Amino acid sequence: MKINLEKIKDCSILFIQEERIDAHNSGELKEYILHLIEQGEVNIVVQLENVRFIDSSGLGALLSGYKNAAAKSGKLALVSCKPQVLSMFELTRLNRVFEIYADLNEAFENET
Amino acid sequence: MCNSVLQVDVIIPTQTKYLDLIGSIGEHIAKDIEHFSGDREALAYHLNLVLTEATTNAIKHSALMTPKDTVRITIHIQDNELNIKVYDHGQGFDLETVPLPDFDQPKENGMGLYFIRTLMDSVTYTKLDDCNVLEIIKHL
Repeated sequence: MKINLEKIKDCSILFIQEERIDAHNSGELKEYILHLIEQGEVNIVVQLENVRFIDSSGLGALLSGYKNAAAKSGKLALVSCKPQVLSMFELTRLNRVFEIYADLNEAFENET
Repeated sequence: MCNSVLQVDVIIPTQTKYLDLIGSIGEHIAKDIEHFSGDREALAYHLNLVLTEATTNAIKHSALMTPKDTVRITIHIQDNELNIKVYDHGQGFDLETVPLPDFDQPKENGMGLYFIRTLMDSVTYTKLDDCNVLEIIKHL
């Protein structure tokens, strides 16, 4: 899975460079996030602008990251979800679990 | 006199790299269905998702059997009914005992069948002599 990582303030921003997150690459995403958290990077924003498809395993990978970040007093937020991708979070009520922002600016405005 | 009929029959190795291909077939079919008045983009995503989830399940069930195992997927459209069948060679499971996800305490697994049940009209899982078949029906 192609992911670009940027650090802004004390936050790790993951730019997912894939159109599709499914059972073929979600394991890699999960491991990537867990590795970050193990290194102490517990405040994570996942930017999903390029993602046009996510399945249950992709939601599971993000949920795993959310739980592990929260367990270390961090957080994992989502930004720039396409409507169809957002609808998957709504269908599973995971939109009530994750903080979901329109874009990075909104996410950081909310931080301050 | 002649209704429009579409039949797609695909056999893939039990490898997740083929999920994109199977999902894409669903998307293309949704975009090409004649006389469909609903939300075509939503149907395209839903067919992509349902085919992806069903094929993932079949691959997971088959994976421990033999490395050269295959999954067969058929898609049939006739008389405004879309019928998907996914065949696996695993030990099978009881669809009726698969619980709904717990939305208050969400878990990482168990959302795939929920998607299929929620987005489609009928889902059955049947054990045949030499395989199992997950049959999914959507009225268009």
